[in-house]
Amino acid sequence: MSETQSNSTADLCIEIRNMDKWYGDFHVLKNINLEVRKGEKIVICGPSGSGKSTMIRCINRLEEHQKGDIIVDGTELTNDLKNIDAVRREVGMVFQHFNLFPHLTVLENCTLAPIWVRKVPKAEAEATAMEFLERVKIPEQANKYPGQLSGGQQQRVAIARSLCMRPNIMLFDEPTSALDPEMIKEVLDTMVSLAEEGITMLCVTHEMGFAKKVADRVIFMDEGEIIESNSPHEFFDNPQHDRTKLFLSQILDH
Amino acid sequence: MTMTKQTYAPGTHPSLPPPKNTIGVTFWLKENLFSSATNSIVTLVSIYLLYLALPSAINWLFIDATYVGTTRKDCAPDGACLAFIGERFNLFVYGFYPAELRWRVNLATILLAVAGAAVLWDKIPARKHMLKFALAYPFIGAWLLSGGLGLEPVGTHLFGGLMLTLTIGVTGIVGSLPLGILLALGRQSNLPIIKYFCIGFIEFIRGVPLITLLFVASTMLSYFLPPGTTFDLLMRVLIMVTLFASAYMAEVIRGGLQALPKGQLEAAESLGLNYPQAMRFIILPQALKISIPGIVNTFIGLYKDSTLVIVIGLLDPLGIGRASVADSDWLGLSTEVYLFVAVFFFISCFGMARYSLYLENKLNTGHKR
Repeated sequence: MSETQSNSTADLCIEIRNMDKWYGDFHVLKNINLEVRKGEKIVICGPSGSGKSTMIRCINRLEEHQKGDIIVDGTELTNDLKNIDAVRREVGMVFQHFNLFPHLTVLENCTLAPIWVRKVPKAEAEATAMEFLERVKIPEQANKYPGQLSGGQQQRVAIARSLCMRPNIMLFDEPTSALDPEMIKEVLDTMVSLAEEGITMLCVTHEMGFAKKVADRVIFMDEGEIIESNSPHEFFDNPQHDRTKLFLSQILDH
Repeated sequence: MTMTKQTYAPGTHPSLPPPKNTIGVTFWLKENLFSSATNSIVTLVSIYLLYLALPSAINWLFIDATYVGTTRKDCAPDGACLAFIGERFNLFVYGFYPAELRWRVNLATILLAVAGAAVLWDKIPARKHMLKFALAYPFIGAWLLSGGLGLEPVGTHLFGGLMLTLTIGVTGIVGSLPLGILLALGRQSNLPIIKYFCIGFIEFIRGVPLITLLFVASTMLSYFLPPGTTFDLLMRVLIMVTLFASAYMAEVIRGGLQALPKGQLEAAESLGLNYPQAMRFIILPQALKISIPGIVNTFIGLYKDSTLVIVIGLLDPLGIGRASVADSDWLGLSTEVYLFVAVFFFISCFGMARYSLYLENKLNTGHKR
């Protein structure tokens, strides 16, 4: 899907302008510029240590940037806690290691935030949670503890948990990297069906098949910089930079 | 490689019970006591030592013991003089609390058991109301024990014995846990004032023995307060003991907080939970669960440290025991006295340890199947 870059900021949900980040002396993100429109699906790939995870973690302020601006859904991300909380309500995140809460059941994992952050009544929160657990195809696990589920099931619960907050933007930080091949398919299928619903998605992943199927844009990062950003078709068949060509020649096609 | 002949077709193997000689009492004996030559020898030597020691101990303690009597002369020379314990029992339990008012101590203890059950046992009926009662109990208990507001006041210098140990122990335990949690969280804070205050407090307290703090409480505190203010001695002791235990508690909890994967807080934050919510629902439940062994350890230590009050003139069971040993009617009975005190402490501390195991098992949702 190629579209002309619209200049109107009206439907931009994420804007990153001239953003830099350092870990102490180490310059981990260099002059990042990124615009994401509503409903866009972006896959970010690149070698380890290129700053892909760090960049998306800056979007929900799990990491702080030292220079530049990040504006999410019209709210600028600064040290102001109110802004940070407002952004985090609208941005959901799925982690590589699931990060489910082991002392709560699957259902409690999903209803905790809606009840206490969005002040949704318990019955309604549970109904929403069951609806999303059905969407990810594991409603029967609702009363189990995360320790009793397989990796693929845990990751699907994590996806459902984020969706229960009804975010506008979903961030995925290598969601399938800790899973075996059968479970990868389960999770990717869920993400594909999610993508078809129109939610804005930013996904850091090595699953190139997923990228080809779902992405509107593929971004390649290396050493803290965005090297290339293109539609999947262009990206895979016609890479512009040498670094991209080198990377693509080395990864296995999933 | 040759395949062993399968007696069942693949997929049809039934679940069989284990072979007879791997279960049962004989198996347990063989596995645990006689599994090797060295183990067998050690077992036989232990049985022999027990044979030497145990019968005479049981004889002395139970069979030849004198249970009733009024002076030392009534006691048989070869047996334990348990009559002494009986005679002095009220002293051991109530200290010098006025005899006619002891019903207040009994009532306070029963209510303590009820409040304790409300907090520790989650299947208690009407839990919400019971917890409200437990919250009000410290005031009810203090009122019952020391009087005022309708009840005849009893000076705290009259408290002694088991009752004193329970007062100090329970107050210390109940006070040090929330305070310890606040100190541990404060130590992690980004605000320098809070952080350095917490670090300073914890390190100062851990740097001095409890006994010096008790001396400060009993002698020096009056120099720091405006002249004329008298601050009840027992109250001062309770405050010092609570502060002391909370510093150690803070470090135990800090260990638990550090053991949590960083991803837990990140997941909580990414869902939009603010700091108090993340602490209350995600971080503290897990950190406290991990820290249960350390926390109960600190409680047990604190409980036994209550015997130190003897240096400032308050008489706990050990203090009363030592005073009793000097009584001319009952000379030379230190064994019975110390044994009695030891049994009391053992029952309390072992009870706490068992409860801790129960709690750990109950909270172990990771392995529930």
